[in-house]
Formats: sequence, structure tokens, C-alpha cells
Amino acid sequence: MKAKNPATRKNTVSAALRSFGAFLNRGATPYILSGVLLVLGTVLVYLSPRSIPAFLLFAVASSLAYFLDMKKPVKLGLAVLIAVIIVPILGARNIFYLEVIFQIAVFSALALGLNIVVGFSGLLNFGYMAFYAVGAYLWGFFGSQQPYLLHEIPGTAPMGTPFFLAPDWFYLFIFLGVIAAAIVGLILGLPVLRVRGDYLAVITLGFGEIIRQLANNLDKPLNLTNGPQGITPIQRPTLPKELLAFFNRLFQPLVGHEVTVNQFYNIMFYLIAVVVVVLVIIVTTRFEDSKIGRAWAAIREDELAATAMGIPANKLKLGAFAVGASFAGAMGVLMAASRTFVSPDSFSFLQSVSILTMVILGGIGSIPGVIIGAAVVIILNLQVLQNFSLFLAQLRQSEAVIPLINFHWKDLSNQLDPSKYQRLVFGIILILMMIYRPAGILPAARRKRELKAAGDDDDAAPDSTPKKGKGAGRG
Amino acid sequence: MTMPRRTRRRRRERGLAVAKPALILETTDVVKRFGGLTAVNKMSFSMEAGRIYSIIGPNGAGKTTFFNALSGLNKPEEGSISFEGRRIDGMVPEKITLLHMARTFQNIRLFGGMTVVENIMVGAYTRLHQNAVQTVLRTAAFKAEEARAEHRAEELMEYVGLKGVGNELAGSLPYGAQRRVEIARAMASEPRLLLLDEPTAGMNPAETEDATALFRRLRDELGITILLIEHDMRVVMNISERISVMDYGEKIAEGEPREIAANPKVIEAYLGRGAAGGGAAAIAAGSSGAGATT
Repeated sequence: MKAKNPATRKNTVSAALRSFGAFLNRGATPYILSGVLLVLGTVLVYLSPRSIPAFLLFAVASSLAYFLDMKKPVKLGLAVLIAVIIVPILGARNIFYLEVIFQIAVFSALALGLNIVVGFSGLLNFGYMAFYAVGAYLWGFFGSQQPYLLHEIPGTAPMGTPFFLAPDWFYLFIFLGVIAAAIVGLILGLPVLRVRGDYLAVITLGFGEIIRQLANNLDKPLNLTNGPQGITPIQRPTLPKELLAFFNRLFQPLVGHEVTVNQFYNIMFYLIAVVVVVLVIIVTTRFEDSKIGRAWAAIREDELAATAMGIPANKLKLGAFAVGASFAGAMGVLMAASRTFVSPDSFSFLQSVSILTMVILGGIGSIPGVIIGAAVVIILNLQVLQNFSLFLAQLRQSEAVIPLINFHWKDLSNQLDPSKYQRLVFGIILILMMIYRPAGILPAARRKRELKAAGDDDDAAPDSTPKKGKGAGRG
Repeated sequence: MTMPRRTRRRRRERGLAVAKPALILETTDVVKRFGGLTAVNKMSFSMEAGRIYSIIGPNGAGKTTFFNALSGLNKPEEGSISFEGRRIDGMVPEKITLLHMARTFQNIRLFGGMTVVENIMVGAYTRLHQNAVQTVLRTAAFKAEEARAEHRAEELMEYVGLKGVGNELAGSLPYGAQRRVEIARAMASEPRLLLLDEPTAGMNPAETEDATALFRRLRDELGITILLIEHDMRVVMNISERISVMDYGEKIAEGEPREIAANPKVIEAYLGRGAAGGGAAAIAAGSSGAGATT
């Protein structure tokens, strides 16, 4: 009886949520709601580009377009409108937002790739950043002067060294990044054939570290990576002047100022990232709902049974590693070009962990969940916590005093700066999530098929054992 | 060993050879060791197509290990296994499944977090030909194959007596239904030989009866050869046309149910020396029930 209580409470909560959802999804409500919220969010962000609540409102309004029950063309139209028109304009007004959204896109792709390995196939991987590094260093090497500096000591590049490739090779290298990372994924996948579970986690951890150390130390005997200094400058693809002029002509009145080349680069990289993410989402969903995706899930659920069903588990695990890695490879190339800089520091173990955090937080194995997870972590990281530290810093500089305990804000220790305990905040969030919502913000759900026999329970199985509540699986 | 008349007739109708009963499975001197323990010792066993045979034996006799060797989950150290005249010892499970052999597990091993239909579709893995490129491009061939696989999974669900649970998570089904899903999943790989490892364990008498009827239908209607490991003597005596008894990894007896029920070695293996008298009665009780139905 005692044990039943929390369950029933959870049920009432989910029932309430469901009826609230039903209320939101009635008739024209979803269209009006998302329309109003979107306009409101856009206007607010437009008017006060620095306000966090305005940005959060905008973020919620955008994601509502996905969650509300609307016709598919409407949803798609809204998504395109938001991604291609609204975000670039708002981003041009406050380039910081564009950076946030760009990072959300990049990390969504990374988290989706990791999700294939960890979420779909159940193989713990702590070295995922290695694949990102492979992509980044691939373009970092070929897209810079590095191939001419093989025999130079890091930091002593002679003046006037030409770039190795023309900048527009970048587009080809996105695909090469996919291939290179997939190959490295296969290599890392090889230990999978021998070890399982915890051991695999340790091996991937080691592998991630190996790649980082290679990047750190491959400045001798041949200077491939320029060592700890990293490679810079890395070329960005050329930007058609006409396009910038066109954008300015069209949107300058809205943006309020002329968009510079650098700002427009940000918009361009953001758009490329969006294209890559859309492709990644399509590929991931299609894999999930196929023989291969089912085999991955079967391996995750029970490897022995999967093997007995004739599934070549090793081949599929290697495949999962390769596909997961390939997304990171593409994003690595993109990131190297957008930053014009790569260094080993960007690929630390902590980065791998934070991508894992996105996957777990959002909902392991759930595609929309993982994207939400990436968004939450990035927004928390870049916006909420940073602004909170800013706020504390301002308080510290002010003469404000907390009345009752007579605490002067200026005495506040530097150690209490939120950016210093970001990881702590994440840790706490993760612990709470694991306790109260272990399946993540948006838990993975198996696709419900339209089966001819589904629903009519009257002449069910001859054993006619009462079925557990139909909703059991849907929770 | 002649074929049952029914089987012969059906085989003739399907244009298959009836002249000499074909051995679907033949093992000679199969040995499987785990460290110092010989789990299966010199196991020689053969089975004709279209029959229902059982392997019985006390716990730890090596029955499941023998099944694992047949289905390729572990490699026997010695001996040979032939399936439809082809050597399969040392083959990976994928190959063996492709050759039309399938199995179920003693402790149900469904993919609990996947829906029932998906479970069955996983069973069809080796029969689907879609590749990664087709998957990503969602070609017409891919879609058609997926639709076929789904349709087939539904048919199998219906065949094993499950309806309206296709979208349920397999792990949320009651026990008896899970057993059925496991059989449907094995069926999805289009087996000609089906290995069932204690398929009625944990079932109540009514469920057991339904399950036994299902096994018969699989053989009679679909012509699938069935090899069972079973502890429930009623099931064994009722359904099997021939029984092999294993103890300490060896085959200690083989014969028709009646012979096995009266075999003192078998009784000894089950109940220990000295209890032979009472044991004979217990096993005979099972076989008398069988006598009525066969």
C-alpha cells in the first residue's frame, strides 16, 4: 500500500498534464497559442536583446511549435520561419544569441551522435569528443598553413606562408570529416568486440584521452597539430559579397544596423549548422525505425538473445560507433572553421562528459529529448549561469547590504561565482534528474504502429490472462 | 522410425521426398567443457524432419548447453553437428539462423523495452535485406519491406494467439503472453527447426495446455520440426514422439515416451537410487495422460 502512493501521485500528475495537453491541443488553440507566444517572444527579444526572460520565452515558444498538435506543414513552416528568418535577424541584433543557438545546433548534433552509441545501442562511451577532434583537426590541418609548416617549431611560422587549400574546400571537408571520423569510430569500436559495459566505458575514456594527447604532442617529429598552441588561423569558406549586401538591403531596417562581414559569418555558420543538424536528425530517425535501429535496441536490451536471433552484434556495434562518430566529424570541421582555431583544450574529458550529460538529461535514446538536453545545458551554461555571475558581480560592486544579517554584498567571496561551480550545478541537476525522472526530460518512447488488430481486446489471446493496463508502457 | 502418417501426406503434397525420412539434425559425440566441467559429453543425437522430440534431464544435466551448441551460442570442443546435412558446428548464430533454425530461451529473453511487434520484427532480422543506404534514403524497396515485415509480425502474433498487444512493451505483458511473443519472434526467422527451451516453465495448467496445442499446430500446420527441453512431464509425455534423457552431460536413455517412463536409469537420474519404485509411478502417471491423447 505504502509503495503504491508515489505511483498514484505520479499518475495524477501525468493525468493532469495530459488533460492540460488535451486542453492546449483543442481546435485552433495550438495555432493561436504558438503564434501569440512566438510573436511575443520575438518582439520581446527584439526590443530588449539582453533580457534573459525574453530569450527563454522565445526558446519556449519555438519548442512549443514542435510539441503542440498542429498540422505537419504548419509545423514545418514555423520551423523554417524561426530557423531561417527570425533567428538570423534577432541574432544580427544581438550576436550573442546567435552564438548560443549555434552552439545548441552543434551540440545537438554531437549529442544525437552519442545518442546512437549510448542511447540506441547501449554502449557507454566516454571518449566521444575524440571524433569531434578528428573532424576539427582534419580541417584545422588542411584548411590552414599547417601542411607547409611540418618542419617548423610551433609558433615560428614564417611570414607569408600561403594556405594549403582554397577556402571553399571547406564544404567538401564536411563530408571528409564524416568519413574520417567514421573510420576512427570503427577503430575505437574494435575493443567493443572484446569488452562490455564498464570495461568499454574505461577503454573509450582512455581513447578520448589518447586523441587529445596526440593533438597535444604531434608537433614533433612532424609538426602536424602545432602542439598545445593549437592551429590558427583556419580558413572559413568564402562569403559572397552580394549575399551580405542582399541581407543588409533586406533586413537592415529590421536589424537596426548594418551587418558586418564577421557577424554575417556567424549567421552563415549558424545556417550551415542548422542544415547539418536537420540532416543528422533525418538520418537518426530513419536509422532508429529500421532493421538496423531495431537490432541496436535489441543488442541494448539483451545481447545474447539478439545474437541468437541472428543479429551480428559486433558488426552492428561497430556500425553504431561509426555512425555516431560521423556526426561529430562533420561538426568538428564546422567548428574549426567557425572558430578559425583548434586546440587540444577543446576536446577534454569534461567535454565528453557534458555531451553525455545532454543525452542523459534530455532522455537517453530519445531524439527530441537529446536536442532539448543540449539546449538546456547550453542555455544554462552560456546564459543563465553567466548572467547570474554577472548579476553577482554587479551586486558585489554595489553598496547593497542584506538587511537582517547585515551582509555586505561586496564581501561576497569570489569562490561563490556561479561560473566557478557550473559543474556543481550540473551535478546537482543530474542527481535530481536521476532520482525523480531517470528517463530524462523527454523519455524515449517506442513508436506506436497502426496495427490492424490494435485496440480490439475482446477476443484477445486464448490464455486470456488480464493484460496490464494499456497505459503501462506509455506512462 | 517412420514418419507420422499426417506428416508424410503433407510432405508428399509439398513435393518433398518421403522415401527415406530425412535427418534434419544430427550430432555426433558433441563435447562442451567449461574449465574442468564437462557440461556436454559425447552427445550423439539425431532427429527426423517434421517430428517433435524432447530432451529431459535433471537440472544441470547439460540440456541448455547442448541447445547453445546447436544454435551457435557456444562452440563445442569436439564432435560434429549437422543441420539438414550441413555441418554447422563452429558457425556463428547469424549463419545458423539463416539456415532456418531458431530458438527460445528458458528464462524468457524478450527485448522488454521494445514493443511486441518490434520484438517479432527483430526475429526477422536475417530475412530482411535492407541496407544502410536504403535506410537513410527511405527507398520504395525499404518501405515495402518494412510494411511486409510489420504485416508478417502481425500475422505471427495472431497465429500464436496474441491480439491487440502489438504496441505494448513486451516487458509489460503477462508471463504466458511473453512466452508466446518469444515463439512468434523465433518464428519470424522462418525456422524449419525450432528449439524450445522449457517453453512451459512457470505456466499454469491452462496456459500449458494452450502452449502444447500451439506446438502441435506449428508442426502439423507449418511443418516445423520441434525440439523441446522440458521439465513438465505431462507436456513431455503428451507431446513428444521421442525423448532423450540427459544426465551429467551424457545421454543416458532414448526412446518413446512409454519406454522412457519405465526406464530405471531415468528414474534413478531423476529421483536418486532407492526411490526408483515411487519415481516410476510418478513418470508413468504423466505418460498415462499422454496415452489418451496420442
